[in-house]
Amino acid sequence: MAKADEAAAIITIEGLQDLLRAIRAGGYRPIGPTVQNQAIVYDDIESVDDLPRGWTDEQDGGRYRLARRDDDALFGYSVGPQSWKKFLHAPKLRLWTAERDGENASVTPEPPPSDRLAFIGVRACEIRAIEIQDRVLVGDLYVDPHYKALRERALIVAVNCGQAGGTCFCVSMQAGPRVQQGFDIALTELLDGTEHIFLVEAGSEEGRALLAEIPHRPASSREVEAGEAVIEHTASSMGREMRSDDLNELLMSNLEHPRWDEVATRCLSCTNCTLVCPTCFCTSVEDTSDLSGERAERWRRWDSCFTMDFSYIHGGSVRASAKSRYRQWMTHKLATWIDQFGSSGCVGCGRCITWCPVGIDITEEVRAIRGCDTSAGDWP
Amino acid sequence: MARIRPRLAVWKFASCDGCQLSLLDCEDELLEIAGEVEIAHFLEATSASVEGPYDLSLVEGSVTTAHDAARIQEVRKQSRFLITIGACATAGGIQALRNFADVREYAAIVYARPDYIQTLATSTAISDHVKVDFELRGCPISTRQLVETISAFLAGRKPQTPPHSVCVECKIAGNLCVMVGHGTPCLGPVTHAGCGALCPSYNRGCYGCYGPMETPNTPSLSVWLSKLGMDEDALRRVYRTFNANADAFREESERHDR
Repeated sequence: MAKADEAAAIITIEGLQDLLRAIRAGGYRPIGPTVQNQAIVYDDIESVDDLPRGWTDEQDGGRYRLARRDDDALFGYSVGPQSWKKFLHAPKLRLWTAERDGENASVTPEPPPSDRLAFIGVRACEIRAIEIQDRVLVGDLYVDPHYKALRERALIVAVNCGQAGGTCFCVSMQAGPRVQQGFDIALTELLDGTEHIFLVEAGSEEGRALLAEIPHRPASSREVEAGEAVIEHTASSMGREMRSDDLNELLMSNLEHPRWDEVATRCLSCTNCTLVCPTCFCTSVEDTSDLSGERAERWRRWDSCFTMDFSYIHGGSVRASAKSRYRQWMTHKLATWIDQFGSSGCVGCGRCITWCPVGIDITEEVRAIRGCDTSAGDWP
Repeated sequence: MARIRPRLAVWKFASCDGCQLSLLDCEDELLEIAGEVEIAHFLEATSASVEGPYDLSLVEGSVTTAHDAARIQEVRKQSRFLITIGACATAGGIQALRNFADVREYAAIVYARPDYIQTLATSTAISDHVKVDFELRGCPISTRQLVETISAFLAGRKPQTPPHSVCVECKIAGNLCVMVGHGTPCLGPVTHAGCGALCPSYNRGCYGCYGPMETPNTPSLSVWLSKLGMDEDALRRVYRTFNANADAFREESERHDR
């Protein structure tokens, strides 16, 4: 998938329905935003009627609520509770089964999935997050065949954000709100009271082929400008901000900052921040055997640097205190990730803030550490 | 042909029998369990009993009488491996509410002849009396975890019963967080996993049936629960249920005692 480099087109809501139909006809399983249980949840969709028309979300530290919009926007919310990670990097996955056969045992690896997933409504920060997981899970010596199989076949229909959420800070992380690459088709939703249309850019051959299949017309310069205005408005209304150009140095020179003790009094070590994070990739494997001992299985499941077992080695957990676990997570996410993978592990989606049951805010923690930089010796 | 199967005993102390029933509820696996172990003593299932010693004892219930305090010592002596099952055995159960009150007052209210009642002032976990090899949490325990624990015992491996929070199970199940998404008070962040996030899966807050997770930060959760509208009475009560006498829950409930 390449950068969009050609003139934008316009499609209507009917055109969007045609696009979904074309995607399905292409053998894909479309997954997009749906309203479920008072939240906008990414799940299988059949048509545009499944999209959260007229809904938005209100997000703050430890708080998420749906609210009605005063228009019929289909993508008028920020980001869902869980990212696309739950599809590409499954929460729970059997890796192999083993059967005893007399004195021998046969091991059967789980075959990689063959699903062709089409993600509808992917935001800029989420594309960045997928690219970061690509780097971790397929970009090195050890490749995750399950992730790779899904990722290679996945189709991405991106959406430029029409509004910033209360915990969004993609601008600070240079991850949005404009989708710049890594998509097949990118949409910008335009509603002006009389018209409800989508500005469309194709970002890949497949995207261009799909666009060719559906009714569309060239965008006027006024419509292109309107699309720009939507993105600019979103960029200028981020719910959070976090200076990010010096985080590696700032955090690594403040490893004994008193703020780590303070945040540890609030942190529940519940793992929510890591499991909702679109880039956190850690897993554990669990081996089980049945009652007869004839059959064993190895499962992989999401794990988190906030559990004790995660850093358990002979004799105990390396990171026994909540302070050390929170510090590990935040310094890895914002600092050592850069050394390890060449980019920050944070895309500014704000999920760790919203879905922390006690509203711990990573941008506030950084500010607190920056506010009295212990390496500069300006704290008692 | 007959191979020597490990001998299993199931013991009841102060409890509702629900955890023993979980063993009988292992419908699909029950015959297989009976094939892999010799069920030597299990009065809930059969009055036929085989003398000890036993390779594996499952102990349900808490210690609430002097008689039971002596009996658990005997059970321990006869058991090569002793696993406690359920909140009563691992934390004292709901009956540990007596630990916060005067049990003689309770007895006077409940019984016509309280002088007939011989009971200890407290309800305590089995591990307060004897060495316990493994504790299986829950009120009641999960049949899935029970089968896993017995399978692990038979294979000589560690059971997969992770001690992290219920939140992990919610996220793996794809549940919406009821606390963040609905404003529903939930003990999930401080509660031991194992139930598969049963209550949050039905949009209820977690009641803490599995007791405290490995590193429970109950004071921080309480701050947030009070923001969600729970007063001091409610906070005291929320920690004081089936695992009221588990350290982290007991200490937190006492912080809200007036």
